[in-house]
Amino acid sequence: MAQNLQITASAPDPALLDLPWDVPLEEWPADRIAALPRGISRHVVRFVRLSGRVIAIKEIGETVAYREYALLRQLKRLDVPSVEPVGVVTGRLDPDGERLEACLVTEHLQYSLPYRALFSQALRPDTLTRLIDALAVLLVRLHLVGFYWGDVSLSNTLFRRDADSFAAYLVDAETGDLHRQLTEGQRTYDVDLARTNIIGELMDLAAGELLDPEIDEVEIGNVLRERYDELWAALTVEETFDTADRWRVAARIESLNDLGFDVDELAMTTDIGGTTVHIQPKVVDAGHHSRRLMRLTGLDVQENQARRLLNDLDSYAAASDRQNDVESFVAHDWLNEVFEPAVRAIPRDLRGKLETAQLFHEMLDHRWFLSEQQRRDVPMPEIVSSYIDNVLRHRRDEQALLGIPAEDLASQDVEDVEPGVDLPPV
Amino acid sequence: MATVTYDHATRLYPGTERPAVDQLNLHIEDGEFLVLVGPSGCGKSTSLRMLAGLEDVNDGRIFIGDRDVTDVQPKDRDIAMVFQNYALYPHMTVADNMGFALKISGTPKAEIRQRVEEAAKILDLTPYLDRKPKALSGGQRQRVAMGRAIVRQPQVFLMDEPLSNLDAKLRVQTRTQIASLQRRLGVTTVYVTHDQTEALTMGDRIAVLKDGLLQQVGTPREMYDTPANVFVAGFIGSPAMNIGTFDVKDGQIEIGPASLPLARETAAALTEADNNKVTLGFRPESLELSSEGAPNAFPVEVNIVEELGSDAFIYGTLRGPAAQADPSLIHSEAGDNEIIVRVNPKNVPMKGERVYVGIRPGQEHLFSAASGERLPS
Repeated sequence: MAQNLQITASAPDPALLDLPWDVPLEEWPADRIAALPRGISRHVVRFVRLSGRVIAIKEIGETVAYREYALLRQLKRLDVPSVEPVGVVTGRLDPDGERLEACLVTEHLQYSLPYRALFSQALRPDTLTRLIDALAVLLVRLHLVGFYWGDVSLSNTLFRRDADSFAAYLVDAETGDLHRQLTEGQRTYDVDLARTNIIGELMDLAAGELLDPEIDEVEIGNVLRERYDELWAALTVEETFDTADRWRVAARIESLNDLGFDVDELAMTTDIGGTTVHIQPKVVDAGHHSRRLMRLTGLDVQENQARRLLNDLDSYAAASDRQNDVESFVAHDWLNEVFEPAVRAIPRDLRGKLETAQLFHEMLDHRWFLSEQQRRDVPMPEIVSSYIDNVLRHRRDEQALLGIPAEDLASQDVEDVEPGVDLPPV
Repeated sequence: MATVTYDHATRLYPGTERPAVDQLNLHIEDGEFLVLVGPSGCGKSTSLRMLAGLEDVNDGRIFIGDRDVTDVQPKDRDIAMVFQNYALYPHMTVADNMGFALKISGTPKAEIRQRVEEAAKILDLTPYLDRKPKALSGGQRQRVAMGRAIVRQPQVFLMDEPLSNLDAKLRVQTRTQIASLQRRLGVTTVYVTHDQTEALTMGDRIAVLKDGLLQQVGTPREMYDTPANVFVAGFIGSPAMNIGTFDVKDGQIEIGPASLPLARETAAALTEADNNKVTLGFRPESLELSSEGAPNAFPVEVNIVEELGSDAFIYGTLRGPAAQADPSLIHSEAGDNEIIVRVNPKNVPMKGERVYVGIRPGQEHLFSAASGERLPS
């Protein structure tokens, strides 16, 4: 049956045309499917290999598909961590001429870990709070740009390792809306929904005996609300102080930088007598450290990884007594003498296990560990080979986390996907 | 359960000049199913979100029962947004999937079980309560989602285009299910859609909005029989009403060779601004085949005949000197100068044929050519 396919995409890959669009997504052949763990979804979602990468395909109503595609593109432009939209496929017909649902195609986020994969093995209690922290940061960032999510949940979020913590990415924008500015009601409702959904998802893990019975689901849900409120207040609250305490302006900016946010504009007003100053940061932008590292070295990494790398850069400057040199020159040398040799020393076949910046972060951890153990300053080349043999070889490949054989996956019900991935404890 | 009242409720988005919702006055009865309908950008979703507490009310007030909720947080309003999230949890039983929100809020176990059982009975899910969601069909899963809202026993259900991401077949099924379920539960419900068929088939009453302004509120029958203005006339009904503006001469509306007498009350209501013109609307089903020379008959050239089995529709062009001179004299869903006529499927004219049609007596709708408001008849 001839199809009248329509593919709307910003940078269309012709290979998209070769996919079996005339077959319902649920029945796609196993050789197409990449067996990646997924969250709970009300739609059929599959990961598919295409031109050497992995894309996520979701069957969904046509208008909703176009809407979500446009929203994801806007979020990308606003620099909010979210999955990258590839395109929308409509006009699908099966061989009998029956219409099939439209598909939204997004890029699979490399090195991302759905929460169910993180929970499928013994879970250290603080991993859970680190995930919740990451989600709170994401929610605050979305709210700052005026995005109302409408369905915040762990399932609708992907996590990537970011040094010692996680960075959260929005994966499902179906119920979302972009506004000029969110109302108090929209923010509180979003947070409340997040709390309910997270508790529900944890109760589900508990019902499947995938959660430490010690963990109190409701308590974890409450943590999200607390973290969100703290961060929102730190970023937006108006501060009032005596004119004499002017240093507090700089202190506020510094504390926002420490939280990883840049101040775009700071409104400063004094009262009539001129004795009191009110300050309120107007627009705050996340990614303070990752932007600084990008400027200095051209490395594009996540916020906490950037922090870690910048710290190492600082200690490099101190050790080589170049604290007064032009920072970008020092950064250039650090890149050539420290970062790149370490990363290049990793055998090619092991490089896919972790993102480059995450590898370097772990090597720094390993340096600390070895130096502590041997009570000496262990040089980097030694660190690298010890790290490769004692740590990296034993890790799972996380570039595209593979677990379940594709045949099993294809026959499974959408809402019954157990990742079953064997991850190292995190 | 409760009434809902919008009292001059206004939403002005920061940085815009025209309110998204302008002085909305609307009273929804206890247990009523009210549908907010209109084209995109008309303010229907904003009105719903004002009631939900997601949009600020810049002017006016909103009440649920006697309680002023204008400044109350969404979660404290005792409302439920239905279908917003209905991903089901695979390891939890159907009962737990329905009742988990109550568990979070600390409701005693026995009461949760009782409320879940009541909801399951209404939703025909009783036999599945202790099973996992994967044992359910697509429709049953949707009902579990509905059950999540029901067990909370809210004062008001809010639904914002809940059927928009379903395929056509499931949409019609779910439409009927929601409507009949709402009647059984008797919970006040506000439902938003852009689809007038959905509005007509589901609502006890319908409120039509355009550009942030309430155009008319009434039962589906009232909206269909006596639309308050040209916009509502064109919006409600499928296929839409044929609408045109014609000259009035000697107390008669002139439609090409045909003329239609104007009632005295109608003529008296015309103003100078109307400039001796009147806007006339007639539904495809209000036309009948007539013959050349009959006083009310005007010529239509048949372009297409659409046969639907129980019905047939002619899509034709209005003919005659007046239509020739001004091709935008009349319009319908099919376009300018196009008329849609419902005919008996057993007696269908041929494409290209010229037929004479007349408006059945009393089935015309008259509006002021200047203001678009309905004229008395």
